[in-house]
Amino acid sequence: MKTFSLGGVHPADNKISCDAAIENFPIPETAYISMSQHLGAPAEPIVAVGDKVKVGQLIANASGFISAPVHSSVSGTVKAIDTIKDLAGNPCKAVVITVEGDEWVDTIDRSDAIVKEIKLDSKEIIAKIQECGVVGLGGATFPTNVKLSPPPGKKAEFLIINAAECEPYLTSDYRVLVEMPEQVLIGASIMMKALNVTQGFIGIEENKPKAIEILNKYASAYPQIKVVVLKKKYPQGGEKQLIDAVVGRRVPSKGLPIDTGAVVQNVGTALAVYEAVQKNKPLFEGILTVTGQCSNVQKNYKHRVGTPISKIIEVTGGIPENAAKVISGGPMMGKAMANLDAPTLKGSSSVLYLTEDQTKRKEESNCIRCGKCVSACPMGLEPYLLNKLSKVARWDDAEAHFIYDCIECGCCQFTCPAYIPLLDSIRFGKAKVMGIMRSRPKK
Amino acid sequence: MSTTIIFTVVSLSLLGLLLAVVLYFVAQKFKVEEDPRIDIVEALMPGANCGGCGQAGCRAFAEACTKAENLDSLYCPVGGNPVMQKIAGALGFEVAEKAPMVAVVRCAGSCDKRPKTNVYDGAASCAIMSALYPGDTGCKYGCLGKGDCINACNFGAISMDPATGLPVVDDEKCTACGACVKACPKGVIELRNKGPKSRRVFVSCINKDKGGVARKACTAACIGCGKCAKVCPFGAITVENNVAYIDFNKCKLCTKCVAECPTGAIHAVNFPPRPPKPAAAPAAPAAAPAEPAPVAVPVAEKKEA
Repeated sequence: MKTFSLGGVHPADNKISCDAAIENFPIPETAYISMSQHLGAPAEPIVAVGDKVKVGQLIANASGFISAPVHSSVSGTVKAIDTIKDLAGNPCKAVVITVEGDEWVDTIDRSDAIVKEIKLDSKEIIAKIQECGVVGLGGATFPTNVKLSPPPGKKAEFLIINAAECEPYLTSDYRVLVEMPEQVLIGASIMMKALNVTQGFIGIEENKPKAIEILNKYASAYPQIKVVVLKKKYPQGGEKQLIDAVVGRRVPSKGLPIDTGAVVQNVGTALAVYEAVQKNKPLFEGILTVTGQCSNVQKNYKHRVGTPISKIIEVTGGIPENAAKVISGGPMMGKAMANLDAPTLKGSSSVLYLTEDQTKRKEESNCIRCGKCVSACPMGLEPYLLNKLSKVARWDDAEAHFIYDCIECGCCQFTCPAYIPLLDSIRFGKAKVMGIMRSRPKK
Repeated sequence: MSTTIIFTVVSLSLLGLLLAVVLYFVAQKFKVEEDPRIDIVEALMPGANCGGCGQAGCRAFAEACTKAENLDSLYCPVGGNPVMQKIAGALGFEVAEKAPMVAVVRCAGSCDKRPKTNVYDGAASCAIMSALYPGDTGCKYGCLGKGDCINACNFGAISMDPATGLPVVDDEKCTACGACVKACPKGVIELRNKGPKSRRVFVSCINKDKGGVARKACTAACIGCGKCAKVCPFGAITVENNVAYIDFNKCKLCTKCVAECPTGAIHAVNFPPRPPKPAAAPAAPAAAPAEPAPVAVPVAEKKEA
């Protein structure tokens, strides 16, 4: 069985919510639809206070090449266009909509019938994906249409669907694969057509036997798409790691996946692409896992974008008594929520409760030069050194040691026996160095 | 045996002599003319090499002094006026006395005034914390309390007050080198006029949020109401971006604004304690009851509403 060649760690699986079928989360009374739901420039609202909007109606335009339009996830009246606080507490612009009923835009095909035939051509597909505001749902929320348009001089050779879901606890992609395998496969075919490639892979980890079985069953009808079962290892879902695992090619330092001829898209993105292209449905819903060992419930919800997290917590019976942190995303790369009133975004993947035992940082001691962080780093970096260089602000040296290649997966910190907060300082150093690199005049 | 020794000594001596001659001419040829005054000036410097003057170190400052036409734009904050006088004397310049400066922490958001909204347990560094998120309180402008300024200070002038969770500057030790100003990712620390007898008045808040938002996050916040600007007889106060700023060059330390501020965001430090009741005095009561005002701790912990 294949996996990526460098580093990696084995955190406990904890896919507790894997058997919970996807349920529709009730529509909130008020939806707060953020304008910064994607990587890049925030969208520009085009509605005014008092406007009536329907589900799926465009409410904000993309404001640049790397940007994405935003659609209303509810029907009702625009109450305000205001600054709200996001999960971290940073201010962001949002359209606040008071919900009245659930009236959808007529153009959206709401039937359950699976549309297999792809009518649009490559350019039309990419335009449609852009129009529907589809962004990468693997975490980075990079606009999908940009990823499907390789820069001049670069040629895509194959598409990889990322079904690794290597983060512990998260099960949203898994549920999508189990419940909607055909849609994902059609979504993949659409993207392959858009990219003009004839080869597709679905990279999935061995710890999801049920999904593998279902995928294999349906994939037989799609001879161009091959299901590749991978050995379980974190961070297999990292773009660069997945390419290495599936086709054995390494993305060069400072390079992009397209340099290896690969385009990687998440399972959720494939579903969103299917819905956008075949059903004309913009991206305004997402699958979100509510889980945790201390959690009262284990659920997978289809939520409307803009539902306040506090509402999800309330409906699922409140924050469990012994929960110490509420995390958005998985325990490895997810972020603790500083503001529970923040709304869900297109890329929201979970509400994860962790106990104090699980989150408490142990007391830091001295580096014993064991080298565990070096062998765990999937990018082949030297975390102990980057940590030191960041601490003393030696940015030139940090750059010479490839700090910009860090993918912030947290393997080094996870494996450190001295509990040194390696990732904290490396992430800080990386941001500094990237800033310095960007400020240099381009050659 | 003896011939070997004699031969060795003689040949080595000759070689030494020859090389000495070569070295002498090389030294003449490649001689670097350096202003001898640089050494003199450097000897007068404090030697902290803190970079507070804006130069790379004390020698670089000394070099800049010897090259400069006058010393107006050069100032060693650590040595202060005495050192500048000496340097001016050595170089034959005249130098005007500069008012001594001091680092001022412009945040009064102690734990009771600015309640925590979440718990931060990451690496103990303000820089890392501020790169991650706005902070563990409702105010995204204020002090994070992780002590980057303390680590940056070469003179041991800053310490953390465990009661308030805010850094405290020791007026005596602070040299106004500005290292803490650079270290603070939030820009909370400002170099201000030390003032006569270390008395000074400043707005201890940099929150740019609208009044209501700022007040909700912190009861000691400046809400940008502008009352202080109206009451100031010297036009020293400006309100911009919902926060007041006192220009220390214009401020005459009348402390009228201190009494006017509804949130107590304006601090007057090192003023002698006044009787609690206003006795029709022109200099308004700073309303600092019995507190004997330890150095740099705000006296004006006044009215809570």
